[in-house]
Amino acid sequence: MIFFKELFLFMKTRKKYWMIPILLFLLLLGILVIASTGSIAPPFIYTLF
Amino acid sequence: MKIVLGISSFFHDSAAALICDGNIIAAAQEERFTRIKHDSSFPLNAIKYILEEWGGVPADIDSICFYEKPFLKFERILENVHSFAPKGLGTFLQLVPEWLGHKLNIRKTISYHLKELGIKDYVVYYPEHHLSHAASAFYPSPFDESAIVTIDGVGEWATTTIMHGKQNSIEKLKEIKYPHSLGLLYSAFTSFCGFKVNDGEYKLMGLAPYSDSDSLIQRELIEKIKSNLIKIYPDGSFVLDIKYFTLTSMLTIYHEKKWTELFHIGPNKDTSLTIDPLYIHMSAAIQKITEEIYSKIICHAKDITQSNNLCLSGGVALNCVANGMMKELNLFENIWIQPAAGDAGSAIGCALATYYINSKKNRITNKIDTMEGSLLGPSYSTEHIKKSLDKKKANYIELPDNELYVRVAKLISEGNIIGWFKDRMEFGPRALGNRSILADARNPSMQKIINQKIKFREQFRPFAPIVLEEDAEKYFQFSGSSNYMLFVAKIHENITTLSPENYSNFSLREKLYLKKSTLPSITHVNYTARLQTISKESNQACYHLLKEFKRQTTCSVLINTSFNQNNEPIVCSPEDAYNCFMNTGIDFLIIDNFLLEKKLQSEPR
Repeated sequence: MIFFKELFLFMKTRKKYWMIPILLFLLLLGILVIASTGSIAPPFIYTLF
Repeated sequence: MKIVLGISSFFHDSAAALICDGNIIAAAQEERFTRIKHDSSFPLNAIKYILEEWGGVPADIDSICFYEKPFLKFERILENVHSFAPKGLGTFLQLVPEWLGHKLNIRKTISYHLKELGIKDYVVYYPEHHLSHAASAFYPSPFDESAIVTIDGVGEWATTTIMHGKQNSIEKLKEIKYPHSLGLLYSAFTSFCGFKVNDGEYKLMGLAPYSDSDSLIQRELIEKIKSNLIKIYPDGSFVLDIKYFTLTSMLTIYHEKKWTELFHIGPNKDTSLTIDPLYIHMSAAIQKITEEIYSKIICHAKDITQSNNLCLSGGVALNCVANGMMKELNLFENIWIQPAAGDAGSAIGCALATYYINSKKNRITNKIDTMEGSLLGPSYSTEHIKKSLDKKKANYIELPDNELYVRVAKLISEGNIIGWFKDRMEFGPRALGNRSILADARNPSMQKIINQKIKFREQFRPFAPIVLEEDAEKYFQFSGSSNYMLFVAKIHENITTLSPENYSNFSLREKLYLKKSTLPSITHVNYTARLQTISKESNQACYHLLKEFKRQTTCSVLINTSFNQNNEPIVCSPEDAYNCFMNTGIDFLIIDNFLLEKKLQSEPR
């Protein structure tokens, strides 16, 4: 939790809120990649890229 | 008691350092333990050693410092990708897993690694990359007040800064931001001329003097670089023309097609003695431009700080040719350069910045610096050395100090090459006489022999001398001390041999093998050397050895090169030293007071 708090404070201080959607997208992508190992997710990733 | 652990890692040259009440207890680079050159992994082995050296309770460590701000760096990477998108998106996606995995959440990464060592309940600090560099130069220096200049590839955003240090505080006055970077420009030429980035920069610096400074082609190249790649302003600030650089790629820094069109030649593939002369002139041109920018920045730092003292750090501060030129400018009365000026030294810097700035501790300066001669790494007990040698079934004898110096001095004067291993290992890229290969600088073939049989490296590369501090002026146009081998000085006229009139037309090979002084193996083609002065205080064992060598030969200069093979980190343990000794053409090995002769070892080479 400290990490997310620090990250939010950083973006607030530097007024870089545009980083939020990028980070969320990357996080989602990361979760998809992890979930893709031996699961039904790969076809979904192939459709995306 | 305030104990701070400093860490630099994940990019290149990972290192750790421990500060106890402002004193540097120990510092070491991870590469020395893992034997992977420029190892960038978390410095767990270095931390383990540091804790052992300190001998305290790990739980007593109050603060952990990481040498830069990961969020700020990630912000720069994201903005960079955004500016060039869709170019570089592939490279970025390759970077994402490691950033989201361990580089962004440094707190978690640190906690994961340090848990097993019993370090807990600490505060984590992240000083800026260039503040860590500045702190590594100012706080260990002997100055109460000083101008500080840091120049490197890139940190978070800054690539060059001018700061002002007063007592325990450091104030940033000026900065140049990414992508405008002198370090990156120098690295781009390093790569284009056929050397590895973050490793071959000093090779490029060694190659540059083979180009004649009066040559038309060199002047044309300087003009071409200045009118296309970089615009330099009178205060030393500069702007790169980014269309010539591929800042979105991990693999190269320069835009290959555009550079090929500009210089009418592609990237170099041959770094041997048959290297195309154009690359030699190119290396000289970028060295000259670096010196020009360097001197302008130093002049500007003098103007805005009005200080008599100067501290330098950042990778570019390891450019000892530029340092020598800057010393000759005589702008500052005193100059102090952090011997581990690259990112490794930032482990010390970030810890000191936290200690003095965050904890607001008073600073007391010494007449000499507090780097302990940069001898901050591990040492090994006689018992340990003996056990290691017995395990290797080595044939050795043990000699008392005086007898050892007499014997080794004689062996060197007879043309033998010595592996010299003593006390604590050096911190930083230079071997300063504790993990060194020593040989006779008067021997004209020694440069060739060491390059070919021991270092297995490019033949054009010069070797550095160590000299008794009191005799330095006899051999070099240099006064004062140079304990950390960070200045290049001219060889004294009294010992140089006149060069032929057509010297400038000589080929690389002809220049290399021409006898240029009575110390031919340390005299570079432009009659200079990167010297290290030795005093009793800076390195006792080397001092006594040089004294004895002088008594036997009247010469107080020796070749000192790092104890390693090419592409291998400097040796750390007696085992590493023995392995290097057996795998190369080193004739004798000294480990503390043990002497080993190659011919008497049973293990085949």
